[in-house]
Amino acid sequence: MKLTLHIWRQKGSNAAGRMVQYEHTKVNPHMSFLEMLDVLNEDLTAKGEEPVAFDHDCREGICGSCGFMVNGIAHGPQPATTVCQLHMRHFKDDDVLYLEPWRAKAFPVVKDLVVDRSAFDRIITKGGYVSVSTGSAPDGNAIPVPKMNSDLAMDAAACIGCGACVAACPNAAAALFTGAKISHLGLLPQGQPERYQRALSMVAQVKQELFGSCTNIGECEAVCPKEIKLEVIARMNRDYLKASWTERGDAARAED
Amino acid sequence: MELKSRTPSGSIEKRWDQHRFDMKLVNPANKRKYNIIVVGSGLAGASASASMAELGYNVKCFCFQDSPRRAHSIAAQGGINAGKNYQNDGDSIYRLFYDTVKGGDFRARESNVYRLAQISVNIIDQCVAQGVPFAREYSGMLANRSFGGAQVSRTFYARGQTGQQLLLGAYQALLRQAATGKVKLFPRTEMLDLIVIDGKARGIVTRNLLTGKVESHLADAVVLGTGGYGNVFYLSTNAKGSNCTAIWRAYKRGAALANPCFTQIHPTCIPVSGEYQSKLTLMSESLRNDGRIWVPKKKGDTRRPDQIPEDERDYYLERKYPSFGNLVPRDVASRNAKQVCDEGRGVGEGGLGVYLDFADAIKRLGKHGIRERYSNLIEMYERITGENPYEVPMRIYPAIHYTMGGLWVDYNLMTTLPGLYTIGEANFSDHGANRLGASALMQGLADGYFILPYTIGDYLSSTKFEKAEASHAAVLDAEASVTKTTRRMLEIRGKRTVTSFHRELGKLLWDDCGMGRTAAGLQKALKRVPELREEFWQNVNVLGAGEELNQALENAGRVADFLEFGELMCLDALQRNESCGGHFREEFQTPDGEALRDDANYSYVAAWEYAGPGKQPVLNKEPLTFDYVHPAQRSYK
Repeated sequence: MKLTLHIWRQKGSNAAGRMVQYEHTKVNPHMSFLEMLDVLNEDLTAKGEEPVAFDHDCREGICGSCGFMVNGIAHGPQPATTVCQLHMRHFKDDDVLYLEPWRAKAFPVVKDLVVDRSAFDRIITKGGYVSVSTGSAPDGNAIPVPKMNSDLAMDAAACIGCGACVAACPNAAAALFTGAKISHLGLLPQGQPERYQRALSMVAQVKQELFGSCTNIGECEAVCPKEIKLEVIARMNRDYLKASWTERGDAARAED
Repeated sequence: MELKSRTPSGSIEKRWDQHRFDMKLVNPANKRKYNIIVVGSGLAGASASASMAELGYNVKCFCFQDSPRRAHSIAAQGGINAGKNYQNDGDSIYRLFYDTVKGGDFRARESNVYRLAQISVNIIDQCVAQGVPFAREYSGMLANRSFGGAQVSRTFYARGQTGQQLLLGAYQALLRQAATGKVKLFPRTEMLDLIVIDGKARGIVTRNLLTGKVESHLADAVVLGTGGYGNVFYLSTNAKGSNCTAIWRAYKRGAALANPCFTQIHPTCIPVSGEYQSKLTLMSESLRNDGRIWVPKKKGDTRRPDQIPEDERDYYLERKYPSFGNLVPRDVASRNAKQVCDEGRGVGEGGLGVYLDFADAIKRLGKHGIRERYSNLIEMYERITGENPYEVPMRIYPAIHYTMGGLWVDYNLMTTLPGLYTIGEANFSDHGANRLGASALMQGLADGYFILPYTIGDYLSSTKFEKAEASHAAVLDAEASVTKTTRRMLEIRGKRTVTSFHRELGKLLWDDCGMGRTAAGLQKALKRVPELREEFWQNVNVLGAGEELNQALENAGRVADFLEFGELMCLDALQRNESCGGHFREEFQTPDGEALRDDANYSYVAAWEYAGPGKQPVLNKEPLTFDYVHPAQRSYK
């Protein structure tokens, strides 16, 4: 197979970037998308050109490292599939592909297709946990959890933090990501004591990171490789709204 | 070198309790005076960092990924074992201990394994309290499933993403401590050397992967939770970034490395499809519950599987192991797949694959029944291969999956270098020569949550620390050596890419130090690896600069270490003249082709000591004794 690739090349975070065209003639339909780029990089290196930088690690769709836009779609055309699990058999000979990094103010480009997603870590730091120290846990079966809640919590917890939701959103909102964590913990009895504080402080951090606001467009759900549902945003909004009216804790005061 | 295992004596049930009582404590007010470096943010590293910060220590946690949540623990699928006996099926801490020692083919320390089994129950409690969404019954109680090597249901799971959920639990605990300031995080920062002052580990040298800045970090103790070395084989189920650099540099600074030849090969992975292949993907071994494994009886049979009549198929596992059939342990299943492929009966392009066929199970349970049990795995297979397993049999082949060897540690998880601790897959401690399924997550979390936070206090409170200065000769020397190596790699500008060297090394080790090993093959590899290493340092091509994000440069450093590590692995495999667990020396097998252990001569841990560049490393032996579980030949016929 033969492809024409237009890839965003940017030397560093402060450098100007541009699209560069590459003719790739060694594409095999059984390759993964990243293996296709590996082969391109081997050829570039042989020619003395710097290889294209892209984040990746597990290459089985679970670590959340990889991700970039393929023809304007986060992680490319296959639904529920990270770009590392996308295979070239879904493309045709002579296809023209445009590869760009995630575009969002909160995700500055580091180099080529690599962006800085540390904003996600800072959001979790603001309450995306249950404050239980090692050693103080009761027996695992001491608190029954209704199976439905446990399953819904797992649906939300499946988020891999790749950032596709932000990249796909016209507002560059982080609502699906943040809502997923607030829903995961808020659906479980273990997450109840901090449920409303958590919603307040995590949402406050989202604003600080300059993510946009959610306007219920749904592009995030459409590209999410783990099929996180929009309902997590509804859960987040409900918890946030309720907390905004009723909470008296530190986080509520911090909002003032 | 003296290997002091510090294993307590007395009745095995009481050893850990007694040991905890005997250890010295650090006064709560003094804990904040100690600084601890943790390298790695997987299950072991994240849980250790969080737990030690909760106790009051100042922790710096490093990882090479862009976030601690990306560590490769996240990819574990199956589950985590615990001797809870929630199913009332006769499980107990003792039984989990027994199964693990036996599964490890009698090459692990009994005391460590017993402690692991004891702690397993606390891990589940801790994770549930953190909000890990384990699978539940309609009653709201925790669900369990069974797994290889056990006759009870003791595996806790969160769909096929148990590793992800446990890691996120530990990651969240870690970030909670980051919020308090007790943990400082250093993502995209790679450890490239260990700083040893007056015989004690006192810090690390790192390279910031974004800016290339080489820096030193000093502390009172250093903990490595940097995972396994499976990527020495190039193709493995490990993440692309997984590497042996941290443990290798520690080895070269004086920590002994134990049992490097104990590597685990997983029988059910998706076969290699071409030269460009960058990694292998595991399919959970639970598929063997319903799939039947076969190859054609005839060599070089290229007919489509549905064109091969029943009587021309060889269901070789069912034929050779009538009582366990397709459910023999990982090592046995892997070896047999290799054997039939070596005979020329493998299937698929290149002939390195065997069929895993669901046709009979579909007849029995219907497509729906299969979908219910394995839908996520079948989708994953389809995504990667483009084939539909409901129509054509899956093709599978074994792949490197886990490494039981690692830095030697005593009962306190301290290496032979005072102040240097190693946890999780990076140490050698609990799995002997073969790890059972669902035990890796258990060990990583046991080390991080419940063992290290106690044992490190004993060292800190009983050691006198001189203030470590950034201007100390050892610090400057380590920094200079890192800078020099980095510059050297960038200056070679040879003809071959880093990956081409890595691929060649991997192929060589897979052929001669993989599933089947012989003295002749190992000697060949021991000759070839140094030649390849020599060529690497003459002819590798690393473009770009050192002062920026340079992924080829990062990779070059890791491959350079693998090129040294591979040699030690072969050396270890060559000295161990027996077959046990994942180490199969073809000269040592029973008349019917099973692993033949030699307990009289090889019931020891092989701990290798670095002797300097170009010198043969020194082999130290820690004898293993078995007071409770008596070594016996494993039989699955």
